Amino acid sequence: MARYDRAITVFSPDGHLFQVEYALEAVRKGNAAVGVRGSDTIVLGVEKKSTAKLQDSRTVRKIVNLDDHIALACAGLKADARVLINRARIECQSHRLTVEDPVTVEYITRYIAGLQQKYTQSGGVRPFGLSTLIIGFDPYTGVPSLYQTDPSGTFSAWKANATGRNSNSMREFLEKNYKETSGQETVKLAIRALLEVVESGGKNIEIAVMTKEHGLRQLEEAEIDAIVAEIEAEKAAAEAAKKGPPKET
Amino acid sequence: MECVFGLVGDGFALVVADSSAVHSILVHKSNEDKIMVLDSHKLLGASGEGGDRAQFTEYIQKNVALYQFRNGIPLTTAAAANFTRGELATALRKNPYAVNILLAGYDKDIGPSLYYIDYIASLHKIEKGAFGYGSYFSLAMMDRHYHSGMTVEEAVDLVDKCIMEIRSRLVVAPPNFVIKIVDKDGAREYAWRESIKDTTGAPTS
Repeated sequence: MARYDRAITVFSPDGHLFQVEYALEAVRKGNAAVGVRGSDTIVLGVEKKSTAKLQDSRTVRKIVNLDDHIALACAGLKADARVLINRARIECQSHRLTVEDPVTVEYITRYIAGLQQKYTQSGGVRPFGLSTLIIGFDPYTGVPSLYQTDPSGTFSAWKANATGRNSNSMREFLEKNYKETSGQETVKLAIRALLEVVESGGKNIEIAVMTKEHGLRQLEEAEIDAIVAEIEAEKAAAEAAKKGPPKET
Repeated sequence: MECVFGLVGDGFALVVADSSAVHSILVHKSNEDKIMVLDSHKLLGASGEGGDRAQFTEYIQKNVALYQFRNGIPLTTAAAANFTRGELATALRKNPYAVNILLAGYDKDIGPSLYYIDYIASLHKIEKGAFGYGSYFSLAMMDRHYHSGMTVEEAVDLVDKCIMEIRSRLVVAPPNFVIKIVDKDGAREYAWRESIKDTTGAPTS
Protein backbone atom coordinates (compact mmCIF):
# COMPACT_ATOMS: atom_id res chain seq x y z
CA MET A 1 0.00 0.00 0.00
CA ALA A 2 2.86 2.34 0.79
CA ARG A 3 3.97 2.34 -2.86
CA TYR A 4 0.88 4.34 -3.91
CA ASP A 5 1.55 7.25 -1.59
CA ARG A 6 4.31 8.82 -3.66
CA ALA A 7 3.01 10.45 -6.80
CA ILE A 8 -0.59 11.49 -6.59
CA THR A 9 -1.34 10.76 -10.23
CA VAL A 10 -1.24 7.07 -9.46
CA PHE A 11 -4.36 5.07 -8.60
CA SER A 12 -4.07 2.21 -6.14
CA PRO A 13 -5.24 -1.24 -7.34
CA ASP A 14 -8.56 -0.85 -5.56
CA GLY A 15 -9.27 2.51 -7.19
CA HIS A 16 -8.18 4.87 -4.41
CA LEU A 17 -6.24 8.10 -4.68
CA PHE A 18 -4.41 7.87 -1.39
CA GLN A 19 -3.07 11.41 -1.37
CA VAL A 20 -6.63 12.73 -1.61
CA GLU A 21 -7.72 10.50 1.26
CA TYR A 22 -4.78 11.63 3.36
CA ALA A 23 -5.76 15.21 2.58
CA LEU A 24 -9.25 14.42 3.91
CA GLU A 25 -7.54 13.15 7.08
CA ALA A 26 -5.77 16.50 7.38
CA VAL A 27 -9.18 18.17 7.15
CA ARG A 28 -10.55 15.92 9.88
CA LYS A 29 -7.77 17.14 12.13
CA GLY A 30 -8.48 20.81 11.40
CA ASN A 31 -10.66 23.05 13.54
CA ALA A 32 -14.43 22.58 13.49
CA ALA A 33 -16.38 24.77 11.09
CA VAL A 34 -20.12 25.02 10.56
CA GLY A 35 -22.35 26.80 8.06
CA VAL A 36 -26.13 27.32 8.25
CA ARG A 37 -28.36 28.84 5.58
CA GLY A 38 -31.46 30.76 6.66
CA SER A 39 -34.05 32.46 4.50
CA ASP A 40 -32.41 35.89 4.77
CA THR A 41 -29.26 35.21 6.76
CA ILE A 42 -26.33 32.84 6.33
CA VAL A 43 -24.00 32.08 9.22
CA LEU A 44 -20.47 30.68 9.35
CA GLY A 45 -18.86 29.58 12.59
CA VAL A 46 -15.42 28.23 13.36
CA GLU A 47 -13.77 26.88 16.46
CA LYS A 48 -11.09 29.19 17.72
CA LYS A 49 -8.30 27.29 19.40
CA SER A 50 -7.03 29.15 22.44
CA THR A 51 -4.65 31.85 21.25
CA ALA A 52 -1.25 32.15 22.84
CA LYS A 53 -1.05 35.04 25.31
CA LEU A 54 1.44 37.04 23.25
CA GLN A 55 -0.34 36.47 19.91
CA ASP A 56 -2.43 39.22 18.34
CA SER A 57 -5.64 37.33 17.71
CA ARG A 58 -6.90 39.90 15.19
CA THR A 59 -4.38 38.66 12.64
CA VAL A 60 -5.79 35.13 12.77
CA ARG A 61 -9.01 35.57 10.79
CA LYS A 62 -10.60 32.25 9.90
CA ILE A 63 -13.69 33.59 8.13
CA VAL A 64 -12.82 35.78 5.17
CA ASN A 65 -14.47 37.86 2.47
CA LEU A 66 -13.95 36.82 -1.11
CA ASP A 67 -16.08 39.64 -2.48
CA ASP A 68 -18.74 42.00 -1.12
CA HIS A 69 -21.36 39.26 -1.22
CA ILE A 70 -19.34 36.05 -0.75
CA ALA A 71 -17.52 34.69 2.31
CA LEU A 72 -15.54 31.55 3.09
CA ALA A 73 -14.55 29.49 6.12
CA CYS A 74 -12.33 26.44 6.00
CA ALA A 75 -10.97 23.52 7.95
CA GLY A 76 -7.54 22.04 7.39
CA LEU A 77 -4.15 23.44 6.43
CA LYS A 78 -4.36 27.20 6.91
CA ALA A 79 -1.37 27.96 4.72
CA ASP A 80 -3.04 26.15 1.82
CA ALA A 81 -6.16 28.19 2.58
CA ARG A 82 -4.26 31.43 2.11
CA VAL A 83 -3.23 30.42 -1.41
CA LEU A 84 -6.71 29.24 -2.39
CA ILE A 85 -8.38 32.34 -0.96
CA ASN A 86 -5.98 34.60 -2.83
CA ARG A 87 -6.74 32.86 -6.14
CA ALA A 88 -10.47 33.05 -5.44
CA ARG A 89 -10.31 36.77 -4.66
CA ILE A 90 -8.47 37.44 -7.91
CA GLU A 91 -11.05 35.40 -9.81
CA CYS A 92 -13.91 37.38 -8.24
CA GLN A 93 -12.41 40.66 -9.50
CA SER A 94 -11.38 39.17 -12.84
CA HIS A 95 -14.94 37.98 -13.42
CA ARG A 96 -16.24 41.47 -12.59
CA LEU A 97 -13.74 42.97 -15.03
CA THR A 98 -14.48 40.69 -17.98
CA VAL A 99 -18.26 40.34 -17.76
CA GLU A 100 -19.19 43.38 -15.59
CA ASP A 101 -21.07 41.12 -13.21
CA PRO A 102 -20.30 39.91 -9.70
CA VAL A 103 -19.76 36.15 -9.42
CA THR A 104 -22.54 33.86 -8.29
CA VAL A 105 -21.82 31.64 -5.28
CA GLU A 106 -21.95 28.57 -7.50
CA TYR A 107 -19.46 30.01 -9.97
CA ILE A 108 -16.79 30.77 -7.39
CA THR A 109 -17.40 27.43 -5.66
CA ARG A 110 -16.93 25.64 -8.96
CA TYR A 111 -13.74 27.64 -9.52
CA ILE A 112 -12.29 26.74 -6.11
CA ALA A 113 -13.32 23.11 -6.49
CA GLY A 114 -11.75 23.11 -9.94
CA LEU A 115 -8.46 24.33 -8.48
CA GLN A 116 -8.59 21.65 -5.80
CA GLN A 117 -9.26 18.97 -8.42
CA LYS A 118 -6.40 20.14 -10.63
CA TYR A 119 -3.96 19.25 -7.88
CA THR A 120 -5.33 15.72 -7.67
CA GLN A 121 -4.52 15.05 -11.28
CA SER A 122 -1.48 17.04 -12.38
CA GLY A 123 1.54 15.15 -11.20
CA GLY A 124 4.14 16.11 -8.70
CA VAL A 125 2.20 18.38 -6.35
CA ARG A 126 0.07 17.36 -3.39
CA PRO A 127 -3.59 18.35 -3.10
CA PHE A 128 -4.77 21.30 -0.98
CA GLY A 129 -5.40 19.99 2.54
CA LEU A 130 -8.63 21.83 3.25
CA SER A 131 -12.39 21.76 2.86
CA THR A 132 -14.19 25.03 2.44
CA LEU A 133 -17.64 26.31 3.34
CA ILE A 134 -18.67 29.09 0.97
CA ILE A 135 -21.67 31.33 1.60
CA GLY A 136 -23.20 34.17 -0.32
CA PHE A 137 -26.24 35.78 -1.87
CA ASP A 138 -26.93 35.66 -5.58
CA PRO A 139 -26.17 39.20 -6.76
CA TYR A 140 -29.42 39.53 -8.72
CA THR A 141 -32.02 37.18 -7.25
CA GLY A 142 -30.85 37.63 -3.64
CA VAL A 143 -31.19 33.89 -3.00
CA PRO A 144 -28.85 32.73 -0.17
CA SER A 145 -26.57 29.73 -0.76
CA LEU A 146 -24.15 27.55 1.18
CA TYR A 147 -21.68 25.30 -0.62
CA GLN A 148 -18.97 22.91 0.50
CA THR A 149 -15.82 21.82 -1.36
CA ASP A 150 -13.30 19.18 -0.31
CA PRO A 151 -9.74 18.17 -1.30
CA SER A 152 -10.99 15.82 -4.01
CA GLY A 153 -12.54 18.75 -5.82
CA THR A 154 -16.17 17.78 -5.37
CA PHE A 155 -18.68 20.40 -4.34
CA SER A 156 -22.36 20.57 -3.53
CA ALA A 157 -24.93 22.89 -2.01
CA TRP A 158 -26.21 22.41 1.53
CA LYS A 159 -28.86 23.81 3.85
CA ALA A 160 -26.44 23.34 6.72
CA ASN A 161 -23.14 21.54 7.00
CA ALA A 162 -20.06 21.10 9.12
CA THR A 163 -16.46 20.18 8.40
CA GLY A 164 -13.23 19.71 10.32
CA ARG A 165 -12.96 18.14 13.76
CA ASN A 166 -16.03 16.25 15.01
CA SER A 167 -17.95 17.27 11.92
CA ASN A 168 -20.01 14.08 12.11
CA SER A 169 -21.45 14.98 15.51
CA MET A 170 -22.25 18.49 14.32
CA ARG A 171 -23.86 17.23 11.14
CA GLU A 172 -25.98 14.76 13.15
CA PHE A 173 -27.10 17.57 15.41
CA LEU A 174 -27.98 19.74 12.41
CA GLU A 175 -29.89 16.91 10.75
CA LYS A 176 -31.95 16.45 13.90
CA ASN A 177 -32.55 20.10 14.61
CA TYR A 178 -32.53 21.89 11.27
CA LYS A 179 -35.55 23.90 10.28
CA GLU A 180 -36.00 26.96 8.07
CA THR A 181 -34.89 29.92 10.15
CA SER A 182 -34.19 33.59 9.63
CA GLY A 183 -32.22 36.33 11.32
CA GLN A 184 -31.07 35.65 14.86
CA GLU A 185 -32.54 32.12 14.87
CA THR A 186 -30.08 31.10 12.15
CA VAL A 187 -27.19 32.46 14.21
CA LYS A 188 -28.42 30.52 17.26
CA LEU A 189 -28.69 27.28 15.30
CA ALA A 190 -25.12 27.63 14.05
CA ILE A 191 -23.80 28.36 17.53
CA ARG A 192 -25.75 25.49 19.05
CA ALA A 193 -24.23 23.10 16.50
CA LEU A 194 -20.75 24.39 17.23
CA LEU A 195 -21.28 24.16 20.99
CA GLU A 196 -21.89 20.41 20.61
CA VAL A 197 -18.18 19.93 20.00
CA VAL A 198 -16.50 23.10 21.24
CA GLU A 199 -15.96 24.43 24.72
CA SER A 200 -18.58 27.01 25.48
CA GLY A 201 -17.82 30.74 25.39
CA GLY A 202 -17.09 33.64 23.04
CA LYS A 203 -13.36 33.07 23.39
CA ASN A 204 -13.56 29.74 21.62
CA ILE A 205 -15.80 30.42 18.67
CA GLU A 206 -15.71 32.90 15.84
CA ILE A 207 -19.03 33.70 14.14
CA ALA A 208 -19.72 35.73 11.01
CA VAL A 209 -23.19 36.60 9.74
CA MET A 210 -23.98 37.54 6.15
CA THR A 211 -27.10 39.41 5.10
CA LYS A 212 -28.03 40.86 1.75
CA GLU A 213 -28.02 44.47 3.03
CA HIS A 214 -24.96 44.50 5.25
CA GLY A 215 -22.68 41.89 3.74
CA LEU A 216 -20.43 40.00 6.11
CA ARG A 217 -20.32 41.00 9.77
CA GLN A 218 -17.98 39.39 12.29
CA LEU A 219 -19.66 39.15 15.68
CA GLU A 220 -17.88 40.59 18.70
CA GLU A 221 -16.89 38.29 21.56
CA ALA A 222 -19.42 40.01 23.82
CA GLU A 223 -22.23 39.41 21.33
CA ILE A 224 -21.35 35.72 21.05
CA ASP A 225 -21.22 35.40 24.83
CA ALA A 226 -24.69 36.93 25.05
CA ILE A 227 -26.14 34.48 22.54
CA VAL A 228 -24.39 31.55 24.21
CA ALA A 229 -25.93 32.63 27.52
CA GLU A 230 -29.37 32.71 25.83
CA ILE A 231 -28.84 29.22 24.46
CA GLU A 232 -27.74 27.85 27.84
CA ALA A 233 -30.79 29.43 29.46
CA GLU A 234 -33.06 27.83 26.86
CA LYS A 235 -31.37 24.48 27.42
CA ALA A 236 -31.78 24.78 31.17
CA ALA A 237 -35.44 25.73 30.75
CA ALA A 238 -36.01 22.72 28.48
CA GLU A 239 -34.35 20.41 31.04
CA ALA A 240 -36.43 21.88 33.85
CA ALA A 241 -39.64 21.45 31.81
CA LYS A 242 -38.77 17.80 31.25
CA LYS A 243 -38.14 17.13 34.95
CA GLY A 244 -40.80 19.51 36.26
CA PRO A 245 -44.27 17.94 35.68
CA PRO A 246 -43.58 14.44 37.16
CA LYS A 247 -42.51 16.00 40.49
CA GLU A 248 -45.81 17.88 40.73
CA THR A 249 -47.74 14.68 41.51
CA MET B 1 -12.55 68.30 -27.34
CA GLU B 2 -12.79 66.43 -24.05
CA CYS B 3 -12.59 68.50 -20.89
CA VAL B 4 -11.73 67.16 -17.46
CA PHE B 5 -10.81 69.45 -14.59
CA GLY B 6 -10.74 69.33 -10.81
CA LEU B 7 -9.90 71.21 -7.65
CA VAL B 8 -9.44 70.70 -3.92
CA GLY B 9 -11.55 72.61 -1.39
CA ASP B 10 -12.04 72.64 2.34
CA GLY B 11 -12.46 68.96 3.24
CA PHE B 12 -13.54 67.89 -0.26
CA ALA B 13 -12.35 67.57 -3.85
CA LEU B 14 -14.36 68.10 -7.03
CA VAL B 15 -13.84 66.48 -10.41
CA VAL B 16 -15.73 67.75 -13.46
CA ALA B 17 -15.86 66.11 -16.86
CA ASP B 18 -17.71 66.66 -20.09
CA SER B 19 -20.06 63.88 -21.11
CA SER B 20 -19.81 63.58 -24.88
CA ALA B 21 -18.71 60.35 -26.48
CA VAL B 22 -17.37 61.39 -29.88
CA HIS B 23 -16.07 59.51 -32.91
CA SER B 24 -14.66 61.76 -35.65
CA ILE B 25 -17.53 64.14 -36.45
CA LEU B 26 -20.27 62.07 -34.83
CA VAL B 27 -21.46 62.48 -31.23
CA HIS B 28 -22.52 59.02 -30.08
CA LYS B 29 -24.06 60.22 -26.82
CA SER B 30 -24.04 63.29 -24.59
CA ASN B 31 -24.47 61.64 -21.22
CA GLU B 32 -21.36 59.46 -20.96
CA ASP B 33 -20.08 59.29 -17.40
CA LYS B 34 -16.29 59.68 -17.52
CA ILE B 35 -15.73 59.99 -13.79
CA MET B 36 -15.47 56.53 -12.27
CA VAL B 37 -16.14 55.97 -8.57
CA LEU B 38 -13.00 54.00 -7.84
CA ASP B 39 -13.97 52.99 -4.32
CA SER B 40 -15.95 54.49 -1.48
CA HIS B 41 -13.69 57.57 -1.22
CA LYS B 42 -12.00 57.99 -4.59
CA LEU B 43 -12.93 59.45 -7.95
CA LEU B 44 -11.14 58.79 -11.23
CA GLY B 45 -11.89 61.30 -13.98
CA ALA B 46 -10.46 60.12 -17.28
CA SER B 47 -10.24 61.57 -20.78
CA GLY B 48 -8.78 60.13 -23.93
CA GLU B 49 -9.20 57.30 -26.39
CA GLY B 50 -12.64 55.77 -25.69
CA GLY B 51 -11.69 52.12 -25.57
CA ASP B 52 -8.49 52.75 -23.61
CA ARG B 53 -10.36 54.92 -21.11
CA ALA B 54 -12.92 52.24 -20.24
CA GLN B 55 -10.40 49.40 -20.29
CA PHE B 56 -7.77 51.13 -18.19
CA THR B 57 -10.04 52.69 -15.57
CA GLU B 58 -12.00 49.44 -15.04
CA TYR B 59 -8.71 47.56 -14.67
CA ILE B 60 -7.55 50.04 -12.02
CA GLN B 61 -10.91 49.84 -10.23
CA LYS B 62 -10.84 46.04 -9.97
CA ASN B 63 -7.23 46.02 -8.77
CA VAL B 64 -8.04 48.61 -6.11
CA ALA B 65 -10.93 46.38 -4.97
CA LEU B 66 -8.67 43.31 -4.93
CA TYR B 67 -6.15 45.10 -2.72
CA GLN B 68 -8.92 45.88 -0.27
CA PHE B 69 -10.06 42.23 -0.03
CA ARG B 70 -6.53 40.94 0.27
CA ASN B 71 -5.48 43.37 2.95
CA GLY B 72 -8.70 44.23 4.72
CA ILE B 73 -7.99 47.93 4.34
CA PRO B 74 -8.50 50.35 1.40
CA LEU B 75 -5.65 51.91 -0.55
CA THR B 76 -4.75 55.50 0.29
CA THR B 77 -5.25 58.05 -2.48
CA ALA B 78 -1.50 58.47 -2.88
CA ALA B 79 -1.03 54.70 -3.18
CA ALA B 80 -3.80 54.41 -5.76
CA ALA B 81 -2.32 57.30 -7.76
CA ASN B 82 1.14 55.72 -7.74
CA PHE B 83 -0.28 52.34 -8.71
CA THR B 84 -2.16 53.94 -11.62
CA ARG B 85 0.93 55.80 -12.77
CA GLY B 86 2.96 52.60 -12.53
CA GLU B 87 0.55 50.74 -14.80
CA LEU B 88 0.68 53.55 -17.37
CA ALA B 89 4.46 53.62 -17.18
CA THR B 90 4.80 49.86 -17.65
CA ALA B 91 2.63 49.93 -20.75
CA LEU B 92 4.19 53.10 -22.08
CA ARG B 93 7.01 51.70 -24.19
CA LYS B 94 5.07 48.71 -25.47
CA ASN B 95 1.39 49.42 -25.82
CA PRO B 96 0.59 52.81 -24.32
CA TYR B 97 -2.83 53.75 -22.96
CA ALA B 98 -3.96 57.09 -24.40
CA VAL B 99 -5.73 58.16 -21.20
CA ASN B 100 -5.32 61.29 -19.05
CA ILE B 101 -6.46 60.99 -15.44
CA LEU B 102 -7.39 63.21 -12.54
CA LEU B 103 -7.61 61.09 -9.38
CA ALA B 104 -9.32 62.69 -6.38
CA GLY B 105 -9.66 61.06 -2.99
CA TYR B 106 -10.34 61.61 0.69
CA ASP B 107 -8.22 59.95 3.36
CA LYS B 108 -9.25 60.16 6.99
CA ASP B 109 -5.96 61.48 8.35
CA ILE B 110 -4.85 63.50 5.32
CA GLY B 111 -8.06 65.02 4.01
CA PRO B 112 -8.80 65.60 0.31
CA SER B 113 -6.16 65.30 -2.40
CA LEU B 114 -5.99 65.53 -6.19
CA TYR B 115 -3.48 63.87 -8.51
CA TYR B 116 -2.70 64.68 -12.14
CA ILE B 117 -1.62 61.66 -14.19
CA ASP B 118 -1.13 62.14 -17.89
CA TYR B 119 -0.91 59.57 -20.69
CA ILE B 120 2.89 59.41 -20.58
CA ALA B 121 2.76 58.57 -16.88
CA SER B 122 3.66 61.87 -15.26
CA LEU B 123 2.33 62.13 -11.71
CA HIS B 124 1.75 65.38 -9.85
CA LYS B 125 -0.07 66.13 -6.63
CA ILE B 126 -1.98 69.34 -7.26
CA GLU B 127 -4.63 71.68 -5.87
CA LYS B 128 -6.23 72.38 -9.26
CA GLY B 129 -5.71 70.83 -12.67
CA ALA B 130 -7.24 70.23 -16.09
CA PHE B 131 -6.87 68.21 -19.30
CA GLY B 132 -7.93 68.80 -22.88
CA TYR B 133 -8.58 71.93 -24.94
CA GLY B 134 -10.89 73.08 -22.20
CA SER B 135 -7.89 73.32 -19.91
CA TYR B 136 -6.80 76.53 -21.64
CA PHE B 137 -9.94 78.16 -20.30
CA SER B 138 -10.57 76.33 -17.03
CA LEU B 139 -6.97 76.68 -15.80
CA ALA B 140 -7.08 80.41 -16.53
CA MET B 141 -10.36 80.81 -14.62
CA MET B 142 -9.05 78.74 -11.71
CA ASP B 143 -5.78 80.67 -11.60
CA ARG B 144 -7.82 83.87 -11.29
CA HIS B 145 -10.47 82.76 -8.79
CA TYR B 146 -9.14 79.74 -6.88
CA HIS B 147 -7.94 80.03 -3.31
CA SER B 148 -7.25 77.19 -0.91
CA GLY B 149 -9.97 76.25 1.56
CA MET B 150 -12.95 77.10 -0.67
CA THR B 151 -16.40 76.00 0.48
CA VAL B 152 -18.51 73.69 -1.69
CA GLU B 153 -20.67 76.62 -2.83
CA GLU B 154 -17.64 78.72 -3.80
CA ALA B 155 -16.04 75.77 -5.61
CA VAL B 156 -19.18 74.89 -7.56
CA ASP B 157 -19.50 78.56 -8.48
CA LEU B 158 -15.94 78.46 -9.85
CA VAL B 159 -16.75 75.25 -11.73
CA ASP B 160 -19.76 76.94 -13.31
CA LYS B 161 -17.58 79.89 -14.34
CA CYS B 162 -15.15 77.45 -16.01
CA ILE B 163 -17.96 75.64 -17.79
CA MET B 164 -19.30 79.01 -19.00
CA GLU B 165 -15.86 79.90 -20.43
CA ILE B 166 -15.55 76.53 -22.17
CA ARG B 167 -19.04 76.79 -23.63
CA SER B 168 -18.56 80.28 -24.94
CA ARG B 169 -14.93 80.14 -26.14
CA LEU B 170 -14.22 76.57 -27.33
CA VAL B 171 -15.22 76.04 -30.96
CA VAL B 172 -16.69 72.55 -30.52
CA ALA B 173 -17.65 72.83 -26.89
CA PRO B 174 -19.26 69.81 -25.23
CA PRO B 175 -22.86 70.57 -24.24
CA ASN B 176 -23.09 68.64 -20.98
CA PHE B 177 -20.91 68.20 -17.89
CA VAL B 178 -21.02 66.01 -14.80
CA ILE B 179 -19.70 67.17 -11.42
CA LYS B 180 -18.68 64.64 -8.78
CA ILE B 181 -17.52 65.29 -5.24
CA VAL B 182 -15.52 63.29 -2.69
CA ASP B 183 -15.41 64.16 0.99
CA LYS B 184 -15.47 62.41 4.36
CA ASP B 185 -18.89 60.95 3.53
CA GLY B 186 -17.63 59.33 0.36
CA ALA B 187 -17.50 59.78 -3.39
CA ARG B 188 -20.73 60.60 -5.17
CA GLU B 189 -22.31 62.47 -8.05
CA TYR B 190 -22.96 66.10 -7.23
CA ALA B 191 -24.76 67.53 -10.26
CA TRP B 192 -25.10 67.60 -14.02
CA ARG B 193 -24.86 70.76 -16.11
CA GLU B 194 -26.85 70.04 -19.25
CA SER B 195 -27.55 72.26 -22.21
CA ILE B 196 -28.77 69.39 -24.40
CA LYS B 197 -31.03 66.92 -22.63
CA ASP B 198 -30.93 63.33 -23.85
CA THR B 199 -34.59 62.45 -24.48
CA THR B 200 -34.29 58.70 -24.01
CA GLY B 201 -33.83 58.58 -20.26
CA ALA B 202 -31.59 59.05 -17.20
CA PRO B 203 -27.85 59.59 -17.67
CA THR B 204 -25.86 56.37 -17.66
CA SER B 205 -22.18 55.47 -17.80
